[in-house]
Amino acid sequence: MAEGAQRVRGIVASETRPVVPAHIKLRHDPGRGRWIILAPERLFDPDEIAVEVLKLCDGQRTVADIAEHLAKEYNAPVADIKADIIEMLQDLADKGVVKV
Amino acid sequence: MNEHSPAHVKETAMPLGARQPGEEEKESTEMADEACARAPIGLLAELTHRCPLQCPYCSNPVELERVNTELTTQEWQDVMRQAAALGVLQIHLSGGEPTARRDLVEIVKTASECGLYTNLITAAVLLKREQLVQLKEAGLDHVQISIQDTDTRPENADRVGGYKGGSAKKKVVAGWVRELGLPLTINAPIHRHNVDNVDGIIKYAVELGADRVEIAHVQYYAWALMNRASLMPTREQFNEAAKIVEKAREDLKGIIVIDAVVPDYYAKYPKPCMGGWGRGIINVTPSGRILPCHAAESITHLEFDNIKDKPLAEIWLNGDAFQKYRGTDWMKEPCRSCPRREIDFGGCRCQAFALTGDAANTDPACSLSPLHERWAKVAEVESHEAAPEFVYRRPGGASRKPGTQKTPATSDV
Repeated sequence: MAEGAQRVRGIVASETRPVVPAHIKLRHDPGRGRWIILAPERLFDPDEIAVEVLKLCDGQRTVADIAEHLAKEYNAPVADIKADIIEMLQDLADKGVVKV
Repeated sequence: MNEHSPAHVKETAMPLGARQPGEEEKESTEMADEACARAPIGLLAELTHRCPLQCPYCSNPVELERVNTELTTQEWQDVMRQAAALGVLQIHLSGGEPTARRDLVEIVKTASECGLYTNLITAAVLLKREQLVQLKEAGLDHVQISIQDTDTRPENADRVGGYKGGSAKKKVVAGWVRELGLPLTINAPIHRHNVDNVDGIIKYAVELGADRVEIAHVQYYAWALMNRASLMPTREQFNEAAKIVEKAREDLKGIIVIDAVVPDYYAKYPKPCMGGWGRGIINVTPSGRILPCHAAESITHLEFDNIKDKPLAEIWLNGDAFQKYRGTDWMKEPCRSCPRREIDFGGCRCQAFALTGDAANTDPACSLSPLHERWAKVAEVESHEAAPEFVYRRPGGASRKPGTQKTPATSDV
């Protein structure tokens, strides 16, 4: 970050390509039998859907691609899924868990 | 998956130090509850008590441990392996100043190889760029740099830290952290000498490229308790700072995360210190003593095990000091029947001991404590009087008279 550079909030939309940055660790915790997200001085407790979504946040796929993939997997309407994951990813982007 | 579905991701702040529960944390305590039932989530590794800075609010004990008692490299590496096996997820590498240890890279490497999330808590003034590169290669996940004030007020920052040129050096190191692509948190302890500049500090953290900033009002234990009259802000100053934080959280949403720690002298309820005694955090001192909290040694009747004598898991599960105030069975009234007993756990045991003589009493920070009013008055009175000279944090510093110390000066590392 160059001095004085403008920093702006990243907004999640259909064509966004979200990525989980290297310092955020999505990890299975065998001792507790659950997935966890390790972040600076934070722990996040993702449900099954969130784990699926985050595994697909590779900086290549768009939110639309991810929604389509999950719609097939869960046999659910793609529009509903997209709206749901946009809301989730925006919240995670605001907390620095995904970069958009 | 529909619009009424609950949030897919719950958040738990690490109960390191003494953070006030925010709204998010209240919703998400079940993760912590379940997780803590088996193992600590975080381990605070005080690698050394050596530090070039002399901040008068240092959280280290007044009796600092000497360099010749520090654990060896192999012993620290063993602590990391045992912590991972016990179920610890995050390691906070702290001090003193952790970069004063020449073997920091080796310790980070071992922790990282064990799958631990590594967080370096540093004053930054000793760091060289090459060392940061090595730490990153060793797997360091996150860097937290403490500041005393903004770079526009370097004299004030350096006076508080007792280290000339510290403010400028921290800015350079923060730049390296970002250049190397490491995430950065700025930690700013807040007191009467910088409480007027909270807005500036938040903006400075943004300028430095930080992802998080901690506006952490000083907690008045150990060195800070000794310097309370020099450091305590007025209630009006505290309220004003709280408003600034609230506004900045809105304005800077998605740009920087702002965590706040309030001074409990001005709170209604006490902090859930360490997220509950022996519940989520384990602390290792430079010489290997295993504590439920970094200040626990101030409770003079407790005895602490050393990692050189017993396995970490054994100490965590059965150690006398951990069992003494774990859970709620030890509580007296008004805590015992209080509906908040598993929210704030009666506050801070060290503060209860320091101020009432019995660590099982309700922390006077709680408005339900019979001592609360008298205690809260202390802050009102002291914060309106002229600030005495600092008692700087340095070996033996506590026994010197304030005012006889050079300001700022540099101690040996």
